[in-house]
Amino acid sequence: MHGGAHKINNTIGQALLAKFMGKDRLIAETGAGQHGVATAIAGALMGLRVDVYMGAEDVKRQKMNVFRMKILGANVIPVESGTKTLKDAINEALRDWVSSFENTHYLIGSVVGPHPYPTIVRDFQSVIGIETRKQILEVEGCLPDVIIACVGGGSNAMGIFHPFINDEVRLIGVEGGGKGIETGKHSASLCAGKKGILHGMLSYFLQDEDGQIVDTHSIAPGLDYPGVGPEHAWLKEIGRVEYVAVTDEQALRAFLELSRTEGILPALESAHALAYAIDLAKELDRDCTIVVNLSGRGDKDLDIVMKEVNI
Amino acid sequence: MIRRPSLITYVTAGDPDISTTLDILKVLAKYSDLIELGIPFSDPMADGRTIEKSHHRALKSGTKVEDVLRVVREFKREHENPIVLMSYYNPIYVKGVGRFVRIARSSGVDGMLIVDLPVEEANEYLDACYRNDMKTVFLASPNTTNERLRMIDEASSGFVYLVSLYGTTGVRDKLSNLVFDLIKRAKSICKKPLSVGFGVSKAEHVRKILKAGADGVVVGSAIVRVIEEEGRESCDRIDEICRELRKGLIFH
Repeated sequence: MHGGAHKINNTIGQALLAKFMGKDRLIAETGAGQHGVATAIAGALMGLRVDVYMGAEDVKRQKMNVFRMKILGANVIPVESGTKTLKDAINEALRDWVSSFENTHYLIGSVVGPHPYPTIVRDFQSVIGIETRKQILEVEGCLPDVIIACVGGGSNAMGIFHPFINDEVRLIGVEGGGKGIETGKHSASLCAGKKGILHGMLSYFLQDEDGQIVDTHSIAPGLDYPGVGPEHAWLKEIGRVEYVAVTDEQALRAFLELSRTEGILPALESAHALAYAIDLAKELDRDCTIVVNLSGRGDKDLDIVMKEVNI
Repeated sequence: MIRRPSLITYVTAGDPDISTTLDILKVLAKYSDLIELGIPFSDPMADGRTIEKSHHRALKSGTKVEDVLRVVREFKREHENPIVLMSYYNPIYVKGVGRFVRIARSSGVDGMLIVDLPVEEANEYLDACYRNDMKTVFLASPNTTNERLRMIDEASSGFVYLVSLYGTTGVRDKLSNLVFDLIKRAKSICKKPLSVGFGVSKAEHVRKILKAGADGVVVGSAIVRVIEEEGRESCDRIDEICRELRKGLIFH
């Protein structure tokens, strides 16, 4: 996982598209910085200029990734407006793009935004599901019973779910439950949001009764987005995928457990999927196969974990 | 909805607070053929820094959608200037499109402009506006194709809003050259009145745009910038600015 997460699957694909369209500049939004880093990598590889919009709050919280992007030759633009986080970075990238589209491609990092972005990103990320299918058939000789992935915008989940949509496989998306849904401090748009329209898509959003988008919280920066990809909204409504939420605390416990039992530091985002898998496994038959999408490495999260646990 | 030559002014409702908005509207009414009133939104993507900050000030002062409609009702008691509500789609969508349009119309709103609603997705909204005799305004930009211009013209019962440039709202020193081609093209295609906005901030801009054949001009950021600087004490300077802009209408 060069770049530390699944994001590179999408950035390489879209950077190729940008080159094909004759664009010489990429812009991107980033929350934690994972997508910004992946875009910077793709830009460096293909000789495209890169400007990354990042909420000023996130720039402060994610110094390492800001530095990584700079090393890779990208320009990081702090966004001072609104809540100074991911959604504001998207707003700012859109503002840039309306005046720069002639030479610039907006490389959106998740299965969100106006059509056809949700399908473009899904298709590039579906390499995850295609590979999972191939490997599980080799190892187990049959499809898994359950696939679990975390959902912020939802790109890693769409990527692994998509090739299994028509199979008899239970699919579960795990959202950031933050400090608990009942506290209001979470980022579980599908579990606790309402239908709305933002960033060119009809989907589920965390919003007040006037349709104002509200602040979100998750210990995992990559889940900290008030909306979710529209295809997830659809999969929820037709009942094909179950969406659940896991709290910061549960995710942290899963983070430590995987680190200590298998020697793998998972990203805090992916630790949400893992936490749900650990609980679910207790209820299932012993011979059930569960696949967890470990979509990112946890190195980036050590600062956050350090503040939360005493070791 | 507008006749040539028209000056259209914009402010965000609730900036800096809802009672000052009523005072500002009364000033704008003296000079404006139509007033666009913005419903504040948490994520005003189509707006540049000046109007974006104005949305956030309005929300911070606690402005609700119902306050916006209330201020329209109060304004309309003494004034006849048409009011077009300018909004992002989400606040309208969550209230229920049909219900919102009905209540807005009965509050005295004459027309609506939804910045992030493309005409291709607007059937439910158009239907609600048609049933409630609410005028509609859609946006076209310099890269809008002739075919879409035709659709936009057809869907716009109020007027067609031409975006003068590639970009967001905001004060600009000079007009973009794109605007003149756009006006020419739109004039040959559209049957509805044409008004031009985004980056229009001086009497000289107003004059040039009207001379190029547009029916109206929209000025927003140049006015909102005063509110940013003067807050509740904005009325005098807004009066001055509007009087100056109005001069652009005389010798077009």
